[in-house]
Amino acid sequence: MSVPAVWTASDTQLERLARRRRKARRRTLVSGVSTAVVIAVLVTVVLTSPGWDRVQETYFDWGQAQASLPAILRGFGVTVQVFLVAEALILVVALVVAIVRVLPFPGLAPLKLLAVVYTDVSRGTPTLLVVYLVGFGLPALELQGIPGDPFWLAVIALTFSYGGYVSEVFRAGITSVHPSQWAGGRSLGLSYGQTLRLIVVPQGIRRVLPPLVNDFASLQKDTALIAVLGVAEAFQRAQVEQLREFNYTPLVVAAIGYIVLTVPFARLTDHLALRLARRDQGLT
Amino acid sequence: MTLLAAEGVRKHFGEHQVLTGVDLSIEAGQVVCLIGASGSGKSTLLRCLNLLETLDDGTLWFDGRDISDPRVDADEVRRDIGMVFQAYNLFPHLSVLDNITLAPRRLRGLSRTAAHEYAYEQLTRFGLADKARAHPDSLSGGQQQRVALVQAMAMSPRVLLLDEVTSALDPELVGEVLDAVRMLADEGLTVVMATHEMTFARDVADRVVYLHEGSVLEEGPAASVLGNPSHERTRSFLSRFLRG
Ligand SMILES: Nc1ncnc2c1ncn2[C@@H]1O[C@H](COP(=O)(O)OP(=O)(O)OP(=O)(O)O)[C@@H](O)[C@H]1O
Ligand SMILES: [Mg+2]
Repeated sequence: MSVPAVWTASDTQLERLARRRRKARRRTLVSGVSTAVVIAVLVTVVLTSPGWDRVQETYFDWGQAQASLPAILRGFGVTVQVFLVAEALILVVALVVAIVRVLPFPGLAPLKLLAVVYTDVSRGTPTLLVVYLVGFGLPALELQGIPGDPFWLAVIALTFSYGGYVSEVFRAGITSVHPSQWAGGRSLGLSYGQTLRLIVVPQGIRRVLPPLVNDFASLQKDTALIAVLGVAEAFQRAQVEQLREFNYTPLVVAAIGYIVLTVPFARLTDHLALRLARRDQGLT
Repeated sequence: MTLLAAEGVRKHFGEHQVLTGVDLSIEAGQVVCLIGASGSGKSTLLRCLNLLETLDDGTLWFDGRDISDPRVDADEVRRDIGMVFQAYNLFPHLSVLDNITLAPRRLRGLSRTAAHEYAYEQLTRFGLADKARAHPDSLSGGQQQRVALVQAMAMSPRVLLLDEVTSALDPELVGEVLDAVRMLADEGLTVVMATHEMTFARDVADRVVYLHEGSVLEEGPAASVLGNPSHERTRSFLSRFLRG
């Protein structure tokens, strides 16, 4: 900051910079070459394997890929819709459950018990099972107001299954906020609720953003499980396409689609984690 | 006029009787320094005065009103009693400006513009004008404590409780925070301050209260308690600070 705008680097400094550049160039070269070699070996092993021709025919058929792509893309449209709706609901349910479990008011005991039971059940039951139970069990009850639409049944199942996980992430974040923050808020005259809402919860959420985004990525993949309900999302479409010609290429196309959708979450997680780490070290 | 008073205040944590009957009365406009060994109950007493702890026994009076009555709205009382702690007063997720304006905007119905105007004015007064947009983590400890003072003062409290506001600071930063406290005291603010800064107590305090094992052992004008204590315990406690 107080460095003069114009200054001439000393010879020693120039020499140091040059040496650093040379070293960096050498490192890039070494890692580039070794990566290329590893990939080349892998590709050769796969391509020269005895079964490769058959595998290529059933899994990597260009014609099949092109033919199935439009249907699978439409499926991904539904996948993204289910994902967005379920994620929004999960965040709400999870935050409410986490806060109920955190609140110290004795009057809330029955609600707290319910929250604990819900968290345990939702985390303990495999998502696929929940999808079956909700998807086929709920409509069987023939209750008023229960949606019969598989889309909404799927959303309910995913929300139920992920709400418990995400609420634990929230709870960990909220309880990790230092008690002095409570004292700080209360001593200004803020009520318990205001301190929770304006001071503790925002800090708690900030702290758990990386695992939270990681759970988004996981949900993104688990939307494939709702195919069993006949929701026309990407995996279900891919299965239909696969059965048409008994060729597995559509599944590979779908897999690539899921990866493409999940990568941004992975990068976002990295980015958030890095930013948090920097802030903890006071670098921002 | 007595602004704040404690009468037979008791508080225990588990088996430990921390406050064993504190009687204390603070006149409006006075600066009262609370001294005593570590563990004597200074912080606990301040937290009780701010209704952050529930009393086991005794009464607290604020402006003639019994604020230890359970029917009293503690949130409302705390608006008028400011408090600054040893450290970590500020909210790390908010800018300095938002730290200062949050409570007055929510609780005093101050408009955004009015709150910002006030905040900038006070930050300038305390030499922090360029820090308004910064986050607390990027400030030095001394700057953080000065912002904390501005934050507490933004609610226009009638009394300010300070709990060892300088003891977490590097020695060279203590002065700037004490100067800020002195500035507020000079303006007539009522201040109750737990501190180990005996020189500051001697120079600024109207009265000094010596707390020993949870009750007031000795109190009086700063000059007499610090200069000529009547109890042997006070004397030996002080000798650790005022040597030389
Ligand atoms: N929340 C609590 N739970 C249990 N014990 C507590 C609690 N708060 C304070 N104590 C105990 O009460 C005693 C008095 O603590 P207090 O913080 O009031 O002392 P202090 O005079 O402020 O000391 P210091 O000068 O070290 O700040 C200590 O022994 C402490 O361990
Ligand atoms: Mg203390």
